[in-house]
Amino acid sequence: MEVKEEQSTKRKKQKQGRFWTWVAASVLFRLILIYFPKNLNLSSRPEVSTPLTSLRRLAEGYWLKQSSMSPYAGSMYHGSPLLLSLLGPLTIKRIEGQPSHLLCSLVFVVADILNAMLIRATGQTLQVAYRQSLKSLDLDTISESMEVLSSGDVAALVYLWNPFTIVACVGLSTSPIENLAIILALYGACKRMVPLAAFGWVMATHLSLYPMILIIPIILLLGYGPDTPRKLLLMRRYGKVEDNSSSDSFQQQDKVINQSDLPKVFAWRPTMLFLLWVIMWSVYVLLLCGISVKQYGGLWEMFERMYGFILTVQDLSPNIGVLWYFFAEVFDFFRNFFLIVFHMNILFMIFPLAIRLKHRPCFLAFVYITISSMLKSYPSVGDSALYFGLLGWFVNELSEMQFSFCLFSVYVGVSLLSPVMHNLWIWRGTGNANFYFATAITYACLQMVLVVESVSAMLNHDRKLKKLTNAKLQNGKS
Amino acid sequence: MALPLLLLRPILLLSFLLFAPILNFKAALGSVTEEDFSEELLLRPLPDRKVLAHFHFRSRAPHTSSNGRHHHLFPKAISQLVQKFRVKEMELSFTQGRWNYDRWGGFDPISSNNAKPPGVELWAVFDVPLEQVDDSWKNLTHALSGLFCASVNFLESSTTYSAPEWGYRPAPGSLRYGTLPREAVCTENLTPWLKLLPCRDKAGLSALMDRPSIYKGFYHSQQLRLTSSELESEEGGSGIVLQQTLTVVVQPDSERNVMSYSHETKLQPSWSLTSIFGRMVTGRCVLAKSSTVYLQLDRGLVGQLDYLQKENELSSDDKSVYEGFSSNPGFELSVKPDRVLKELNDFEKKNPSVVYEFYIEKYSESRPFDLGLTWKLPVVWSCQKAPLHAVRFLMGSGNERGAIAISLRSTEVSDELLQTDMSEGRCKLEVKVFQVVPWYIKVYFHTLRVYVNEQPQEVSDVVEKMRVSPSVDKVSPGVMEMVLKFPCGMKSAAITLEFDKGFLHIDEYPPDANQGFDIPAAIISFPNFHTSMQFFTDKSVDRSSILSKFQENSAVLAYTEVLLVPLTTPDFSMPYNVITITCTVCALYFGSLLNVLRKRVGEEERSSKRKATKETGRLRQLLSRVSAKLRGRPSHQPTSNSSTFISSKLILFILMAGIAVFWQVYFG
Repeated sequence: MEVKEEQSTKRKKQKQGRFWTWVAASVLFRLILIYFPKNLNLSSRPEVSTPLTSLRRLAEGYWLKQSSMSPYAGSMYHGSPLLLSLLGPLTIKRIEGQPSHLLCSLVFVVADILNAMLIRATGQTLQVAYRQSLKSLDLDTISESMEVLSSGDVAALVYLWNPFTIVACVGLSTSPIENLAIILALYGACKRMVPLAAFGWVMATHLSLYPMILIIPIILLLGYGPDTPRKLLLMRRYGKVEDNSSSDSFQQQDKVINQSDLPKVFAWRPTMLFLLWVIMWSVYVLLLCGISVKQYGGLWEMFERMYGFILTVQDLSPNIGVLWYFFAEVFDFFRNFFLIVFHMNILFMIFPLAIRLKHRPCFLAFVYITISSMLKSYPSVGDSALYFGLLGWFVNELSEMQFSFCLFSVYVGVSLLSPVMHNLWIWRGTGNANFYFATAITYACLQMVLVVESVSAMLNHDRKLKKLTNAKLQNGKS
Repeated sequence: MALPLLLLRPILLLSFLLFAPILNFKAALGSVTEEDFSEELLLRPLPDRKVLAHFHFRSRAPHTSSNGRHHHLFPKAISQLVQKFRVKEMELSFTQGRWNYDRWGGFDPISSNNAKPPGVELWAVFDVPLEQVDDSWKNLTHALSGLFCASVNFLESSTTYSAPEWGYRPAPGSLRYGTLPREAVCTENLTPWLKLLPCRDKAGLSALMDRPSIYKGFYHSQQLRLTSSELESEEGGSGIVLQQTLTVVVQPDSERNVMSYSHETKLQPSWSLTSIFGRMVTGRCVLAKSSTVYLQLDRGLVGQLDYLQKENELSSDDKSVYEGFSSNPGFELSVKPDRVLKELNDFEKKNPSVVYEFYIEKYSESRPFDLGLTWKLPVVWSCQKAPLHAVRFLMGSGNERGAIAISLRSTEVSDELLQTDMSEGRCKLEVKVFQVVPWYIKVYFHTLRVYVNEQPQEVSDVVEKMRVSPSVDKVSPGVMEMVLKFPCGMKSAAITLEFDKGFLHIDEYPPDANQGFDIPAAIISFPNFHTSMQFFTDKSVDRSSILSKFQENSAVLAYTEVLLVPLTTPDFSMPYNVITITCTVCALYFGSLLNVLRKRVGEEERSSKRKATKETGRLRQLLSRVSAKLRGRPSHQPTSNSSTFISSKLILFILMAGIAVFWQVYFG
């Protein structure tokens, strides 16, 4: 027995070592890419730099600010004034003999590593919680088979080695920082660090607006704790156990008492605390923004230029989404209608998903992030990088997902074809806009299938657990 | 005659009393009291075998209300324009072709004032409160577009005009500037322009304007300049001054007199008014106060002729060869000039420009005026150029991004001029750049780079002053005004600015979208260099409007080329496909996700369990029984099922119809 344990710890250590080498290799890879001349032209790719995430626009905003104009003068910069004062000085500062964008790139590399570490820590928490709940359901057999994959490590490595993440990081887009805010919020909520979660949520909302809908998973996380199989199931099981307690062994009675510390009811205190912190942080952030844009247009201009720009899809330059082409073609008369439709599409699914997946808040957050990055006005590969990373958390639960091979190949195909089509259309002038739009549509379909299939796989997984417990109960009864 | 005067006097008196506070100080300053009109034509041989013809018509009207709203000579439409929109200054030009600054000169008043960018250019200064300037501008563009049969009204949109502060001319706030580079200029614009003249093109100098010969020229710019001042100004006195100019560069037919000379250079083509315009001047416009034709010889040409004179006739003791025109070695004039004017020059070493003056009053139908110039010797000369030759071009390929570059190359003139400045110690060459960029060219101003002698320079070293107003998408164009100071010995300089190309909505593309979009010409001016030409007679200055125009101390100014930027186009033919496909994907997502969420596994299991636990819900029990029965033996109760199905469908249908009717009644 001891030998076995030793072996497992050894294997664990080995695994750890392997993990850290991969992390180091990914950092090295990024640094090598940074030193390529002209940044491999990644910073001007439409997949990487949308009007919201482009560092070049940020530099323009900083220049305008330096020449005592509002950074929002003109329609170049649409980001946060905080980001401007954080990254702005780095865009013009340069070290002798080094590439001019080195400092910014380093910031993004650090943000990426931080993201990976937070994803790993959150994933580990999730796995521990999951295993515990499985144990409470007497389904240890499944959990043992799962031990092969540590979902935190997988998620972190998927995040670090995803070509999308690398491209977004090296291509000088601000999305690693936006992702950092989102992951901070989820991490804080998982670890029950209420101020951190509130800070992450407020910052993420401030930076890119769409993470606002993550407030539901965060509150659920704080209220119910990390992902567990369906609460109803547990309750019923305990109810059953109590019903049968008179006839059954006392062993199970003990278990019920042991498990009574499991969060069964919604915890109101951290939620209220979270809301309080949210208010505090948002006041603080608004105050900081107000100070930095005071001598120009004030906060209203900032809201108009940041959130108004996101919501009204003013910039029609191509990106990997579908909305730019849609709004370039749609008749002006219907423009407002379709703006509402597309944004409502995100909002409509919030509540059905929250009802069905409320026992798995992290997965819910993943689904929300995927949906919003599919339907957001200026999507970039940085958003996809985030949800592909988070997908790693559920590597065990989603192991029976359908079409996963198909999804993977479409993903590879789109990411290869999309630059080709873009090149044909924009640079060679031989292709048509429709070619590029076709890849964008395919990509949207890919994301759609991913959302639908992952949700259904997750629900099926829960069903499977339920079936197993039921079977066990029946066995126990008979 | 006495009666109307008698009648007029009390009216005048009355009006004087009424408007006493306004008029009394106006009367004190000697203002233009009568409307007048003068017509002039300036001809100038150009070095590259072409001839410049510059028509200049000036009408003046006093600002008095003595005539009510009526005018004798002054076009009523223009005076109404001035009164309605309170225009202080305005210039509208229609141009075709590009002024060749290298060959046709860049340092004289005509090239600075009358060389315009292709298409329409309009600027106006208004005498209204600052917040009303935009409205006045919009109204003015519409009025002008009606007056001149041109699409000047496209300048109404805020994306096409800008408000320069100091880059163009100093009138902060109330100046608006706009251009339409793609406007085609033709006779339909010339005819309304001619209608403003009292004699139209029926008599006087304007009778020369034979449409085919004007429009076959290399450059054609028709211009209307309006100055209205309440108070006395140094230019035209108080009142409205309307200057209409037409500048044409034509090539005389040279086939007739091609003579191969012993030199490698060919003789310049000889020309006359008939050979250029196909017509002669048959007397003046009787309404004109003065009617004059000038023939101007460039400084360079005069210098060259001087040289020839010295070479050919060493014995000549005439100190000025031009006064005796017949004895000129270079050319011969067919008509004897009435007067010869010589430019009063500051630089002694330079050759003065010479102007021959011809009065048209003397000529009539029976004795038409047909000025001809016959070259006797081949002469090669060059016009005086601007200190820096400016070229603007685009860099980069593809439809995603690019860069605008303005390259400035020093000409030999600047070297000469700067030699004189050099002695004064600190020597800097000041250049003003004014550039308007449409919003779909998204300029990154932080990428401004300056190169001097092909070496990159720190921007702050060269850029003395800069004002930028970045473009707002679909609202306003980007405006850049800057003052650059270069060291004197500079050979060349370049400014580059990077930009991203915007993507437009399908409706915003013009019909020929693949042709590309125009970036209006940038304006390069040299505030330290002035184009004034002084001709010594003081008396003739007020008589001749061209010569008084020449005396104005305006800065040397040059326009760069209009740039053509190709933008990517979406597929114009299939908005419906895009809309339907995108909506289908959206609906697919929504439907399938909802379906997944709705699906419950073990529906049967649960129902059986419910039966086992004997739930109390009676209705539910009944329903489950019905469903179980249906599932077990579906053939037994099909009628009732279908009838309920039909009835529910019917209800739905009726509901829909009701909604439709409601909609039709209230919103249709």
